[in-house]
Amino acid sequence: MSDFVFFLEICLAGLGSGALLALTALAFVLIYKATRVINLAVGEILMMGGYFFFTVAAGMSLSAWIAIPVAVAGGMAIGAVVERGVIRPMLGEDPISVFMVTVGLGSVLVGIVELVWGTDPRTLPDFMGTAPVFIGEAYVSRKIAISFAIAAVVIALFLTLFRFWRGGVALRATATDQAAAYSCGINVPGVFSLAWIISCGTAAGAGVLLGSIGGISPTMGAFGLSALVVVIVGGLDSVAGALIAGLFIGLLEALTGTYLGGEYKLVFTFGLLIMMLMIRPYGLFGTKEIERL
Amino acid sequence: MAADTILSIENIEVVYNKTIQVLRGLSLSVERGKVATLLGSNGAGKSTTLKAISNLLALEDGAVTSGSITFDGKPLLAETPHGLVRRGMFHVMEGRRIFEDLTVEENLTAATFALSGRGVKPTPFDLVYGYFPRLYERRHSRAGYLSGGEQQMLAIGRALIAQPKLILLDEPSLGLSPLLVEEIFTIIARINRETGVSMLLVEQNAAVAFAVSHYGYIMETGKIVLDGPTERLIKDEDVREFYLGMSGAEGAKSYRDIKHYKRRKRWLS
Ligand SMILES: Nc1ncnc2c1ncn2[C@@H]1O[C@H](COP(=O)(O)OP(=O)(O)OP(=O)(O)O)[C@@H](O)[C@H]1O
Ligand SMILES: [Mg+2]
Repeated sequence: MSDFVFFLEICLAGLGSGALLALTALAFVLIYKATRVINLAVGEILMMGGYFFFTVAAGMSLSAWIAIPVAVAGGMAIGAVVERGVIRPMLGEDPISVFMVTVGLGSVLVGIVELVWGTDPRTLPDFMGTAPVFIGEAYVSRKIAISFAIAAVVIALFLTLFRFWRGGVALRATATDQAAAYSCGINVPGVFSLAWIISCGTAAGAGVLLGSIGGISPTMGAFGLSALVVVIVGGLDSVAGALIAGLFIGLLEALTGTYLGGEYKLVFTFGLLIMMLMIRPYGLFGTKEIERL
Repeated sequence: MAADTILSIENIEVVYNKTIQVLRGLSLSVERGKVATLLGSNGAGKSTTLKAISNLLALEDGAVTSGSITFDGKPLLAETPHGLVRRGMFHVMEGRRIFEDLTVEENLTAATFALSGRGVKPTPFDLVYGYFPRLYERRHSRAGYLSGGEQQMLAIGRALIAQPKLILLDEPSLGLSPLLVEEIFTIIARINRETGVSMLLVEQNAAVAFAVSHYGYIMETGKIVLDGPTERLIKDEDVREFYLGMSGAEGAKSYRDIKHYKRRKRWLS
């Protein structure tokens, strides 16, 4: 096999995990854009999505086509409950304390998973098939290819909704100026809820994809940290930034991991993060006046 | 309260951050279908009055601590800000506050949420473009790139989309050239005449505000000090002196100096 095809295969695998990073990053961006809260529990909600899928598909032996909607709906329910019960009562408080609450929420979710499902890693029942996919001569794992396609479709759907759906206008209006949004008759707390629900549903869906590729475990929430790096690089309030930075970091990690060795992956990613914070603290595409935490 | 009163404020007190009292027993009312003007110098509490009416004070940690406000026959202080908009109140805020990242058309779309649950037909955007043809030309551009005048037109256009019963207008002349002020106020008068919407207008530019309004209130440090039909206010010596900048009696100047001095002192203490 030629070196070039090998290189291409690494790139494709990188883009595949990059698409998942972008999807998870979108979960951060949605909540941040609407409410100015950084939800550090995104990774753990992603993990919950994986476990919900596991329970329905493996525990109850039901079809994946039931398990996927259940997992996404479970994530949405967590989002709704957390927003209504914890975040909304804290409205107007110091962003740092809200941020800390989401950190706590993450730990609680990990605790729940360890109690209910135990600490052992598990594999999800396969629903994507295993026959490899070839793009030209380059081999791509079927799961990665399918995950990439699903992530791409979901992201495209989001971009379309943001632009053309009336609710998307309400979300962007609320993100720009809360008081003015109220003055136009927009139900601002409703938009906050909606952002949390959609974001957590997206994260849970990403968890199903990630779990199908690499299995699930109580530590898989760490993926959320990589996605956080993506949004900091791309800009906390930028959907386009999440997309581009997600694909770029996926690619970067795949290439450094293969050619330099796995231990260099984190060095490069966080090197990029630190560099970014130094030259453009608001991210590649972010709005300038973003507060740093 | 008379049946033809759309808004009536009785003796409200407003406090920010639980400590700074800004309104001290302010009362005023707006007749249905009429334009009332609220005049006052900087910091008198005009914008605060409007925010109390549209229930936006909570966003700035302010609250109405006593008194009552009635809108269209029902008390309003317990309502949500967006609920109030959907009941027919529209606040065009100071500084225009258009959504800069959104296009002109999307700004109007945002205002369609004011019609949610009201069972009315959606307002055709052409109504807005009829009053402000310039907005039609720029309907696909980002609102942030509009000129100040066009942004003010857009802010008023959003109000038109909402089919309100009462529009609160906070200093629509702010930062506009005299010619543009003329143009905007001509349209404000036309909107009032043609749609019958009531208006409460806050202004520093008394001459142009009086030209379009039926009744006037003058406030100082949190309460109304003078009110009456505009024809009468225009003839009032003090009003001519301080708000219309006519006549040039010597004593007037020193009175204003005293007022400034007093305000500074309050601010320091
Ligand atoms: N959010 C706030 N927190 C604390 N004090 C405030 C706040 N908003 C306004 N104030 C104070 O309340 C007073 C009245 O403010 P307001 O904005 O209502 O005045 P105004 O009459 O609209 O003035 P202007 O003509 O300059 O717009 C001022 O002294 C101001 O400093
Ligand atoms: Mg003001």
